[in-house]
Amino acid sequence: MSVRSAHLDASIADLATRLAGGEVTARQLAEESLARIDARDKPLGAFLRTTPEQALAAADAADAAIKAGIAGPLAGIPMAVKDVLVTEGVETTAGSKILAGFRPPYTATTVRRALGAGALPMGKTNCDEFAMGSSTENSAYGPVHNPWDLGRVPGGSSGGSAVAVAAGETTFALGSDTGGSIRQPAALTGCVGLKPTYGRTSRYGLIAFASSLDHVGTFTRTVADAATVLAAIAGHDAMDSTSAERPVEGMAAGLAEGIRGLRLGVPKEYFVEGMEPGVEAAVKTALDQLEKEGAELIDISLPHTDYGVATYYIIAPAEASSNLARMDGVRFGHSAPDARTVTEQYARARAEGFGAEVKRRIMIGTYALSSGYYDAYYVKAQKVRTLIKQDFDAAFEKVDAIVSATSPTVAFPLGAKTQDPLAMYLNDVLTIPADLAGVPGISVPCGFSEDLPVGLQVIGPSWREDIVFRVAAAYESLNDWGSRVPTALAGAV
Amino acid sequence: MPFLVHGLNYNPHPMKLTIDEVRHVANLARLGLSDDELEAMASQLSTILEYIDKLEEIDTAAIPPTAQVGELADVMQEDEVGPSLPQEAALANAPAREDGYFRVAAIQE
Repeated sequence: MSVRSAHLDASIADLATRLAGGEVTARQLAEESLARIDARDKPLGAFLRTTPEQALAAADAADAAIKAGIAGPLAGIPMAVKDVLVTEGVETTAGSKILAGFRPPYTATTVRRALGAGALPMGKTNCDEFAMGSSTENSAYGPVHNPWDLGRVPGGSSGGSAVAVAAGETTFALGSDTGGSIRQPAALTGCVGLKPTYGRTSRYGLIAFASSLDHVGTFTRTVADAATVLAAIAGHDAMDSTSAERPVEGMAAGLAEGIRGLRLGVPKEYFVEGMEPGVEAAVKTALDQLEKEGAELIDISLPHTDYGVATYYIIAPAEASSNLARMDGVRFGHSAPDARTVTEQYARARAEGFGAEVKRRIMIGTYALSSGYYDAYYVKAQKVRTLIKQDFDAAFEKVDAIVSATSPTVAFPLGAKTQDPLAMYLNDVLTIPADLAGVPGISVPCGFSEDLPVGLQVIGPSWREDIVFRVAAAYESLNDWGSRVPTALAGAV
Repeated sequence: MPFLVHGLNYNPHPMKLTIDEVRHVANLARLGLSDDELEAMASQLSTILEYIDKLEEIDTAAIPPTAQVGELADVMQEDEVGPSLPQEAALANAPAREDGYFRVAAIQE
């Protein structure tokens, strides 16, 4: 088994020490990241485009800041950005043909803050079109491959960001999670994926999929790094009216405290039918380890879990059908210039520009919001969303955090679920409820099943990312899963 | 229970959506679909909607709907003029423009 060694395989915390001590420069890290992407990315497909000029300029600025003693918390750290976050002047497509060539006039708040903290923008990562998918096979620009087995998916929709980190191309990445799109690919590729509380990170500049469910979050190598990046990108933003005025300090305070006396809820509904035995075994082993560390395991019930997917597949498409109305080929994006009427122009631009899954969701959403069905589908789903939220509220009266598998399966083969949309949707059964309730969740590497990574999910109450980090860090410290190099990269540069 | 669709009663089984209904929804969404796509969509959406029907198992008569889970409501700001996107930047990605405006095809034939 090969073990990681290069700077690009280190954590943000280690790199910050090396940068401060002059052991490496930001410029060297930028060059190492570019070389890694060059050497490794072709069979993986994580990046849609790299931005070497911006990365090197940011590296020189970071080196100057480090020298002057005014470096930000992410100074000199290579970053990848999911292509649903807009970046001024840099093509941003959301994995869709309809936005080919779109150069946004501004930068998303979370990206702007990461850059302000000194991060190096290495490039934009591939994703399911408009973040709609669980395998990154719905990108108009081709799939992303899992570095543990190139014949398998990396999960989705943030598959490119997950792989950029899992394959050591960058040290961290930004992504978005609407139904599990950060936590599930983190689990399937063996890195740490964080979805914060709804309102913790600004959605300004995140190309909207489902506004009440969209969260910007992080991919990192360690739990401590997730806390570092979150602290840098979180906080109130006047440009997003749902962003909360909550302090971001102290989220990493409990990282080294351990979990003695913490009450961890184990929801019986999260051991779902169809869960792979290897995943179940890895999670049960993790639960035993947490108990030995002094946590109290408590059996709990989240009774409406089984309705999460159905609820999500009304609410998310309904919001998407409205949000994606702006993709009409008038102000930006693919157009149908020879159309005779504007109605024809819209219909053709969208017919030619959108892929099959996006069309499907626009159709479900439009149907669910249409006259005669609004109450039966949309309002009904909103009511069940209340019950799912209440499930979490009741659970967090009894426990400090909830622990489960992130995904019921390991990475599946490319093409295995593309002909069966419902089977693909059911992959998100364990991640969707936290999006519906807005509570924070993390996936942390939890061993292997058939040589493929398994993820452990920790969910906390709203605004308690500190507890999520504390439990995840305690588990992480007991194991060494993150140090293994993905199989397909053995012997790679 | 049959639903009322465009003034017609129909039985939602075995296919929840007919091709005509799919065509109507596509028109509402301003989404052009080929005949093949209409057919595939009718079958796939029917399967998905049948799955979603499991929500009917839950009695929600007394449950209020949740539109959003954030802690904020009715966020207001001062009505002040601030910087906005310059016209050239706003138009830079336009497929067609004329005299500083976005150009579209005729509204009516």
